[in-house]
Amino acid sequence: MATIHVDGKDYEVDGSDNLLHACLSLGLDIPYFCWHPAMGSVGACRQCAVKQYKDADDTRGTLVMSCMAPVKDDAYISIEDDEAKDFRASVIEWLMTNHPHDCPVCEEGGHCHLQDMTVMTGHDRRRYRFAKRTHRNQNLGPFIGHEMNRCITCYRCVRFYKDYAGGEDLGAFGAHENIYFGRTTDGTLENEFSGNLTEVCPTGVFTDQTHSEHYTRKWDMQFAPSICHGCSSGCNISPGERYGDVRRIENRYNGEVNHYFLCDRGRFGYGYVNRADRPRQPVMRVDSDDERRDELLDVGGALDHSAERLKKAQRVIGIGSPRASLESNHVLRELVGAEHFSTGIAQQEYENLQLMLEIQREGALPTPSMREIEDHDAVIVLGEDLMQTAARVALAVRQAANGRAQDLAAEIGIPAWNANAVNTLAQGRQYPVFLATLTETRMDDLARERFHGSAEEIARLGFAVAHALDDSAPAVEGLDEATQTLVSTIAEALMTAERPLIISGGSMGSREVIQAAANLARALRQRDRRGSLTLVSGEANSTGLAMLGGHSLDWALDSLGEGDAVVVLENDLYARADAERVDRALGAAECVVCADHQSTPTWLRADIGLPVATFAEGDGTLVSHEGRAQRFFQVYDPSYYRPNDLTHESWRWLHALHTTMEARRVDWTQLDEVTEDCAEHHPQLAGIRDAAPSASFRIKGQKLAREPHRYSGRTAMRANISVSEPRAPQDADSAFTFSMEGYNGYAEPRSQVAFAWAPGWNSPQAWNKFQDEVGGHLTGSDPGNRLFEPEPDNRLEYFTAVPGRFEQRDDAWRVARLPHLFGSDEMSARAEPIQQRMSAPYVALSEGDARRLGVDVGTELTFTIGSHRLTLPLRISSELRDGVLGVPALPTMPAAVNHEWAHLGEETKA
Amino acid sequence: MSSRLFHTSRNPETHPLTFRVRDDRAPVGLEEYQDTRGYEAVRNMLRDLSPDELIERMKAANVRGRGGGGFSAGMKWSLTMKGEGVPRGYIVCNADEMEPGTFKDRLLMEELPHLLIEGMIIAGYANNARLGYIFLRGEYVEAAHRIEQALQEARAAGILGPKVCGYDFDFDIYLHTGAGRYICGEETALINSLEGRRANPRSKPPFPGQSGAWGKPTVVNNVETLCNGPAIVLRGADWYQSLSGERSNDGGTKLYGVSGKVKEPGLVELPMGASAREIIDMAGGMRDGLELKAWLPGGGSTGFLLPEHLDLTMDFDTIGKAGSRLGTGLLAVIADNQSIVSLTRNLEDFFARESCGWCTPCRDGLPWTARILHSLEKGEGENGDIEMLESLASDLGPGKTFCAHAPGAAMPLQTALKHFRAEFEAGISHPQREAHAEPIPVGSV
Repeated sequence: MATIHVDGKDYEVDGSDNLLHACLSLGLDIPYFCWHPAMGSVGACRQCAVKQYKDADDTRGTLVMSCMAPVKDDAYISIEDDEAKDFRASVIEWLMTNHPHDCPVCEEGGHCHLQDMTVMTGHDRRRYRFAKRTHRNQNLGPFIGHEMNRCITCYRCVRFYKDYAGGEDLGAFGAHENIYFGRTTDGTLENEFSGNLTEVCPTGVFTDQTHSEHYTRKWDMQFAPSICHGCSSGCNISPGERYGDVRRIENRYNGEVNHYFLCDRGRFGYGYVNRADRPRQPVMRVDSDDERRDELLDVGGALDHSAERLKKAQRVIGIGSPRASLESNHVLRELVGAEHFSTGIAQQEYENLQLMLEIQREGALPTPSMREIEDHDAVIVLGEDLMQTAARVALAVRQAANGRAQDLAAEIGIPAWNANAVNTLAQGRQYPVFLATLTETRMDDLARERFHGSAEEIARLGFAVAHALDDSAPAVEGLDEATQTLVSTIAEALMTAERPLIISGGSMGSREVIQAAANLARALRQRDRRGSLTLVSGEANSTGLAMLGGHSLDWALDSLGEGDAVVVLENDLYARADAERVDRALGAAECVVCADHQSTPTWLRADIGLPVATFAEGDGTLVSHEGRAQRFFQVYDPSYYRPNDLTHESWRWLHALHTTMEARRVDWTQLDEVTEDCAEHHPQLAGIRDAAPSASFRIKGQKLAREPHRYSGRTAMRANISVSEPRAPQDADSAFTFSMEGYNGYAEPRSQVAFAWAPGWNSPQAWNKFQDEVGGHLTGSDPGNRLFEPEPDNRLEYFTAVPGRFEQRDDAWRVARLPHLFGSDEMSARAEPIQQRMSAPYVALSEGDARRLGVDVGTELTFTIGSHRLTLPLRISSELRDGVLGVPALPTMPAAVNHEWAHLGEETKA
Repeated sequence: MSSRLFHTSRNPETHPLTFRVRDDRAPVGLEEYQDTRGYEAVRNMLRDLSPDELIERMKAANVRGRGGGGFSAGMKWSLTMKGEGVPRGYIVCNADEMEPGTFKDRLLMEELPHLLIEGMIIAGYANNARLGYIFLRGEYVEAAHRIEQALQEARAAGILGPKVCGYDFDFDIYLHTGAGRYICGEETALINSLEGRRANPRSKPPFPGQSGAWGKPTVVNNVETLCNGPAIVLRGADWYQSLSGERSNDGGTKLYGVSGKVKEPGLVELPMGASAREIIDMAGGMRDGLELKAWLPGGGSTGFLLPEHLDLTMDFDTIGKAGSRLGTGLLAVIADNQSIVSLTRNLEDFFARESCGWCTPCRDGLPWTARILHSLEKGEGENGDIEMLESLASDLGPGKTFCAHAPGAAMPLQTALKHFRAEFEAGISHPQREAHAEPIPVGSV
């Protein structure tokens, strides 16, 4: 700690910061551009100049850049000093000489850091009378708009894209006042985190192109704290809505999880919420004259018809979903009874989820938060292609590797925030990352060593490293020399590290790979190494469903028979099991009720469909793979804009259906009651009560506002329906209002923040005001509640089932599913911008196999896999193992194909 | 054709830098160089001196950086990280001579490449360096050719390589030609460029001596600075100090020069602390019919001085006190028929163009000064322009920008405004207008 004197007042601050960071954390306003709490200081923009004095008697002082000046105990500084103020005003004036001042037509307007800083410095007169330089813009793909004339050359974009996220196709070009930030040629930005440029850029150079399509100013949007449903990472998001459409997704700060950054799937994959083909009214399929006809129902009709049909059934099976909230799944379970409840997750995947859960609770090493992942000094990834399955985790791993630079700098007294100095010193030296995956990944540049093999080979590698660490771990027979050398290298690196991290997960569908990760953790613990274990579970609520428990999807499909009815919750069974098998099961049932928000094949096949809320129209609790229970809140009420829209939360529909069947009054009228009931029924989920404040939460006696103070047009926005403005929708489920009325400030501790806004701070930089320390935790603690104990029990013994060698076959290839960031998540794959980035279907073979078959890239190959016949163009992978056939997990590909043997079609052989 | 070297009688005792320069201006080859005690300093050093003793000798000699910075070379060497666990680093010769009006290093490299090589070996030994890089201005094609030739000769003779002159010290030198950015004269921008990065200066600390090229300890010295090494090793610090005698506290000789409106522009090696008058006299004085109006003491980034300053000793401290900088010590002489506004405009155009674009004042402030100067030069200036220039020049000063580029650019502007304000005022023909009162042509850049 240190004491600093700022404009005559004394403050206690963290002595390891720079002055800018310290002052911002104190709530003092200093304008800045190039500094970013996650990226440190580089001293480029010169905007944050303050006056520093030698001591209390020094009256002259010198200008210093506060971002580059370390906090020293007993330092005297002035922000208000005239020379400092004049210089800061000059800096803005220079930055604005070439800026187009096109705020009225600029998408950044209203949440622009440059606007904020310009106002803060008081620059309001133009004195520069010469021509502005102009640039040509680039087409950067479907996500990011580019308007270089607005650039103020703060270098944040390239520092984020290249230094922080490891991207290679964005650079700084040119010199003097003609610096250009872009690609060498027009083209899609390749990095998976490109969307963060829209928040990192202090002005409107990089903007969200999906937002442009239906642009709305920040002040005209309604927001709610939400959780990304794109994978199991549990990133916090702030969706913005207007007129019943989600308009954009921005990062929501959570100091324990995603802090400032999201991946592009999470940011740009929301389009499924706005699809025109979404079911908005209950539908019943009526058979007449060999034809199935859709009959639209009202709520009462839907409940009555469903209840009648379900009551007639001998048994009602419920199929839940890992993309639905715990509350909705719980209500379905209550409706059908625990013995008839399926989690909707395929058998093999479900068993692996249970295994991961067991390891996380009873294994040897704790599960880190996403933020904690950044603080490890050796990482081994077993089997998981993180960039495709949990991209934000991949970004965190990159920071772990880069942490070496800061540690090296610390050795010679260079503080971690001095970004360029740290990088200069490190010269690319990183902490070791070992990747064992099926094939090449988009993190390969990080890897000290890469290992490519089949699932059993990856598992064998993991088992072998565990044995190398601890003799009592089961040994692996018959490893080749190269693998043996790699095993020693990895074991040594893990032993040398102070905080090794093991990462694995379920995406390979391999039990052995997960067990190998558990053995690694145990071996490290046996050797008294502190470290952590991250297991990626897959979907937004996979971990939650595994904790809730139930049967597998396979059980449900096999059980369904004559006299049964089935209620399917937010789950497209055709995306999880073979179409023939699903057809057979649903065909056997007397009645299929489907509750979903998308017109999926299952929805189209159902007898009765109930239109339910997406994350944007309902609330609920998810459990991320970290075991963090987090609440997402309804963003808007769709019926406010579309009176015929009968969308309701799944739990509301299913509970109403339950009580209708039993001809009684509803028990639960608000989410909290369902959450409480779920917590009561499932002790392992007791912690979900504290995932977020209840609906009765108030700050200074007020609910919390979803809309900014300046929200405009409310009295007119329904004028096409009725000229009289109805009462704003009332929210019984949460402490938020569908209104600008309510608390939206930052002076009181906040944890659930719908949108970050503070006087003078309109841009995402306003998060500064909601944090205990800039870049630290939210003032009311970071959202969510961990359901796992900080330390697992360490009860699990070593797993001993070491798999045998991969037996390559001459006549067949082992199928391996290849996950894709853009395409493998069912919901975001329904968003148009994501579709533009999706790979076309393909099959992948190794170079050796392609040569052996005499085929080349693009050759159409036909394979039979079980009952499937695929004819697809070939992609050759230099890293894929011989004897393995890569099949992408994309919407058009057959579901549930993995590990089978694929045979080459006769026509290809010829 | 090399620059003129004023004909004086040169000998090793008094002209350690230039005594070997041949009358026919051909490069001094290895044999000739060794015949004049070339590489003897390296042999003596490797036989008799520890690196620490060598550094002490450099410190005692008080060689101040001849690239214009004036920092003690011995001090710089003593700050280089060495010792247990510290990797061997690099000696980088800053040969990116791009300072306007400066052409001294060119002579040394074109005619005495072995002197530079010897100087670099000495610096390498002192700083525990494994390799040397000569970062050469790309336009110096002839110098590149001659240095490369000399490097080959030295390698063939065992002077460079695994055993320098047969001693247990390995050292080699690579030549790297720059792509033409003035900012590469700034040592950390030079290192970035050498590594293949954008030529932006780095933040200090860490200083290159701690973490320089490729993260290793790196010493960047100017050509002339390095060329002083051999004589100091051979003849000692006291001799070197005595060269400048009573005239200056700075030791040794200096390769001075003059360009501009003198009869015979050229170079001369004189004891440190010679006066500008002596140097101009060497060049035959002003051209016929012209009077001296002003002079820049050491390149475009130094401040204008007046005829009244001609008798000041040309050393770092004295010129600093007069409100300018010694810089490279090569005078630019300005005659009474020249427009200070045009000269300043020309300089600011240059500095604005050569800004690396990293920090705001330099990147966006310098072009503004240049554009106002264009207006004034054309007689289209406005009321308030001079005050604006003064304000800009002040905001471009030391401490406000990331490196010394903008303060260097501000110096001629500030001193021109101070000494010749009337000339600037004459360029004003308009009252102050609203910005963009007239439409800006579309697409004009």
